[in-house]
Amino acid sequence: MSGTKDMNLTLKIWRQKDQKSSGKMVDYKVNGISPDSSFLEMMDVLNEGLISKGEEPVEFDHDCREGICGMCSLYINGEAHGPDRAVTTCQLHMRKFKDGETITIEPWRAKAFPVLKDLKVDRSSFDRIQQAGGFISVNTSGNTQDANATPISKDNADKAMDAATCIGCGACVATCKNASAMLFVGAKVAQYSLLPQGQVERKDRVLNMVKQMDLEGFGNCTNTGACEVECPKGISLENIAIMNREYLKASLTKEE
Amino acid sequence: MKTSIARKVSMALSALFLMVFLLQHFAINITSVFSSEIFNDLSHFMGTNFAIQYIMQPILIFGVVFHFVMGFILEIKNKQSRNIKYVKNNGGANSSWMSRNMIVSGFLILTFMGLHFYDFWIPELKTKFIEGDWTGMIEGEKGLRYFAELQHKFVSPIRVGIYCVAFVFLSLHLLHGFSSAFQSVGANNKYTRALSKFGVAYAILIPLGFIVIALFHHFNHC
Ligand code: HEM
Ligand code: SF4
Ligand code: FES
Repeated sequence: MSGTKDMNLTLKIWRQKDQKSSGKMVDYKVNGISPDSSFLEMMDVLNEGLISKGEEPVEFDHDCREGICGMCSLYINGEAHGPDRAVTTCQLHMRKFKDGETITIEPWRAKAFPVLKDLKVDRSSFDRIQQAGGFISVNTSGNTQDANATPISKDNADKAMDAATCIGCGACVATCKNASAMLFVGAKVAQYSLLPQGQVERKDRVLNMVKQMDLEGFGNCTNTGACEVECPKGISLENIAIMNREYLKASLTKEE
Repeated sequence: MKTSIARKVSMALSALFLMVFLLQHFAINITSVFSSEIFNDLSHFMGTNFAIQYIMQPILIFGVVFHFVMGFILEIKNKQSRNIKYVKNNGGANSSWMSRNMIVSGFLILTFMGLHFYDFWIPELKTKFIEGDWTGMIEGEKGLRYFAELQHKFVSPIRVGIYCVAFVFLSLHLLHGFSSAFQSVGANNKYTRALSKFGVAYAILIPLGFIVIALFHHFNHC
């Protein structure tokens, strides 16, 4: 327990009954929040209060609550995952806020992430982009090669590993003024294009993933760099440059 | 132009071309501060050389039109990608004002270009193509007309003011645009940091140079 005293907060939260209804911001009060609790624990306190009053709890996405699954979201005080850097909302501490503060909580906003209910959005557009090319082909017939048998340069292994830490949370889209998904798609394209295992589908991958990204209605990147700042995993803009290069190369050299 | 990356790369290529053009434009204009003769000779060459007039100029017009039309298309498409706005959005926490307002600075540059064409290009077309005068001479006098025309335009303090403001916005446009264009064409490597430093210098010094030229002629006209 830390010595600081519990907090009382006003929350302005987006409430929306279902995908078809139009929503609105609703004010709530929560009291006695420990500064050491996480943002989602604060939301749990709010919901317990609502349930005990017989009201509908606020729906929000979450799963692992340790920053690895990418399920939690929330646009908090105008920033994806709130004001802290390199954290997901489940890793965000209430001590980042002040006692008596009013906190605005909204769902991710993007045409390609429609709101399902309250703060919960549909991110299956990311899944469809992955399905369009975010994979490698491996022989599973019993003579699968040991991954370590394929030499990979340290430099490329590091870059691929960094790109692979993307958890698909969508904060990059939520924060981008253009609702562009290029940091996510860039990370996925770069990860495989840097590895020997990713070479077989290299050209098709980037062409198909970009095509799907556009079909889903994500915007066009204008390099504001907001995604990189808000990304909980620190995915670098370099991955977007890699994707642009890969795309150019693939579209110029691909045989029909 | 069917995919987002094709649009992005073409936007960057047109912008890179414009930045090279801007440098060339500056190189000629700055001579006007040192020597009216050199400025006159260079202007006459640019204004009457076949390759420049009939090959480079159409490419330039295409580049400019392409750049701002694509700029507006991207802006509209990007607005549509977020059909419901945030109630509270703290853009300043993660990105620069310049990067979020390229359409604002771009639009102001476009407005300025309207004035610029009215000042220099339309009279130029009129002299050459309507009056058929390709001599570059001042009527009834000896000597080339370009330097005199330039000074004449910078007499009005209002016009000089507008020029200065426009170049401040060009500077803001390029402060984000320069390094952005390299990122767009996929260049992000060990030279990126040095290049973006150079970009900041370019984005400040070139527009500042144009401002100095305008002020110089405002205070030194005959
Ligand atoms: C004629 C009016 C202009 C308009 C409406 C305009 C508009 C825009 C817009 C909206 C963007 C952002 C799009 C993006 O990043 O993908 C942009 C980028 C850019 N513009 Fe302009 N612009 C204009 C003139 C100029 C001029 C005269 C120059 C240079 C001399 C210039 C240089 C750039 C650069 C370097 C970029 C960055 C390109 C990139 O990110 O790939 N622009 N412009
Ligand atoms: S790039 Fe970062 S912000 Fe975007 S989905 Fe991946 S982890 Fe989330
Ligand atoms: S709940 Fe899994 S990352 Fe936040």
